Amino acid sequence: MLTLQKPHRHVETVIHSEVLIDCRIENLYYGDFRAIRDCDLSIERGKITAFIGPSGCGKSTVLRCMNRMNDLVQGFRIDGQIHFQGQDIYHPSVDPVAVRRHIGMVFQQPNPFAMSIYKNVAFGLKLNRVKDDIPGRVEDALRRAGLWDEVKDKLKSSALALSGGQQQRLCIARAIATEPQVLLMDEPCSALDPIATRRIEELMLQLKERYTIVIVTHNLHQAQRIADKTAFMYVDTSNSSRTGFLVEYADTHRLFNHPQQEYTLQYLRGEFS
Amino acid sequence: MNSPATTTADINTPLNIKWSLRHRSTLVSVGLSGLTYFIAVVACIPLFSVLTMLIWRGGQHLSLRLFTETPPSAFAEGGGFGNAIVGTIVMVGIAALISVPCGIMGAIVLAECGPESRTATIVRFCAKLLTGFPSILAGVFTYASVVLVTGTYSAPAGGIALSILMLPIVMLTAEEAMKSVPRKMREAAYGMGATQTQVIWHVILPTALPSMLTGVMLAVARAAGETAPLLFTALNSNYWIIQDGQQALMEPTASLAVLIYNFSGVPFKNQLELAWAAALVLVLLVLTVNLCGRALADSQKHY
Ligand SMILES: Nc1ncnc2c1ncn2[C@@H]1O[C@H](COP(=O)(O)OP(=O)(O)OP(=O)(O)O)[C@@H](O)[C@H]1O
Ligand SMILES: [Mg+2]
Repeated sequence: MLTLQKPHRHVETVIHSEVLIDCRIENLYYGDFRAIRDCDLSIERGKITAFIGPSGCGKSTVLRCMNRMNDLVQGFRIDGQIHFQGQDIYHPSVDPVAVRRHIGMVFQQPNPFAMSIYKNVAFGLKLNRVKDDIPGRVEDALRRAGLWDEVKDKLKSSALALSGGQQQRLCIARAIATEPQVLLMDEPCSALDPIATRRIEELMLQLKERYTIVIVTHNLHQAQRIADKTAFMYVDTSNSSRTGFLVEYADTHRLFNHPQQEYTLQYLRGEFS
Repeated sequence: MNSPATTTADINTPLNIKWSLRHRSTLVSVGLSGLTYFIAVVACIPLFSVLTMLIWRGGQHLSLRLFTETPPSAFAEGGGFGNAIVGTIVMVGIAALISVPCGIMGAIVLAECGPESRTATIVRFCAKLLTGFPSILAGVFTYASVVLVTGTYSAPAGGIALSILMLPIVMLTAEEAMKSVPRKMREAAYGMGATQTQVIWHVILPTALPSMLTGVMLAVARAAGETAPLLFTALNSNYWIIQDGQQALMEPTASLAVLIYNFSGVPFKNQLELAWAAALVLVLLVLTVNLCGRALADSQKHY
């Protein structure tokens, strides 16, 4: 009888904690340099997961592993697996290009193409051979990125003439136009003023309904404001090397208020420089 | 509170931030600036004297018949060099058709497919050597490999000789242009799931296009003015490439450069005057091509 009383709740929790990306990095090298060790965590569908930690601990590296952007780096090597919807994306039979079409990325520096605003957003659609209603999709993406009203009259003009914050929102629009399942964002607000930052945060909270978002941030308040789960990484300087590793991964509220690890506690208190 | 007193002591001396030639460094700076301006002007003197001379001597004889008639014989009056203009355009066109695709594809290898690889290093080195290649050798080489094989002087042979000179310029400038496309733009494209071909075709080439066009223009300008390679490959002709409805592509072909070369050494006044006019037309032609290229490049540019 107990099992009959619970199914509804049970189903709901399953949906809420469905693992979308299962990351099991044992070691990660750039040439001879071991940049990461022991980083195991699961990204859950429909949530915002934040990575925090000191500079150089490998947050960007882990993020870039999730859509195989690191393949572009000479000498990059990874021990371990990253499963996306149950498939190991580092399996030899997997095409990194296909992975990147499902897992989009927004970079720390706004990086629009030297094309018109319209073409920037339509670029991904073109790659995916989407043919129908491109103007509508472009408008929709720009609207969702909160940029439409500012650029609707100058869609044909160069994207490079936009301000930094507008460029960043354009990059977000470009990334969501193709409807990827996951959006990786590497410090998307680091070049923005507080108002633009807030807008992007609001945007992420809206996007959360449709996308799974992983964000790297140096701003602890930002992580607390938007993230459902937070991962804290730290860098191990023993053996005269600098190897990043995952210290703690938990619900944001829990990680910030009841950290289980000494490192986390010290970092949050600001005791590390 | 005591220590600042010593450092603020000189607050009482009057502040002097005016220009003054009494400072040694200012003097040196002003002197050197003057010198650079002077040298810049000196560097322009040859260019402007040549241009003035051309406009003065060549401009007098500029008329429509120059473009519609063929060269006169030694003692004849009148005549023009329309066939040489067409010949130059055709041969430079052939050269561009060969060197632009090859040069750009070569540049893609150099800039995108492993810039540090052995192949790239060797190719780049060869291209740099080729930029300093004596043009007469390009002529001799084409003479041996094309003219002797086909058994005739021809426009394609001339085009091939010119393409040898254009290729390295196109390739090296295109490589530089592609390398100057910001890394973050490539990352953006790869990050959206573009293949390497798509990144090159949709992002790098369009972004680098304006600077690549500049390189093509440079190469065209150089090729249009070359005489030595054409003497061995296209020779000269007094006829049109298409005469009386018959095309004569595989025949000796006239060009402005060779016409100037031939007519400038003769004692006949009419031919000498034509040489001046031809020189002016050649310069104007190159200038027009350059301006069109620039306009095209600017229309593609995003700031
Ligand atoms: N392309 C690369 N080649 C070689 N080493 C790299 C490369 N990218 C990163 N690294 C190294 O890997 C380590 C982790 O770098 P990463 O960029 O992931 O740090 P991060 O946590 O994102 O730092 P930040 O907060 O400053 O962005 C650093 O020691 C860095 O020097
Ligand atoms: Mg980083």
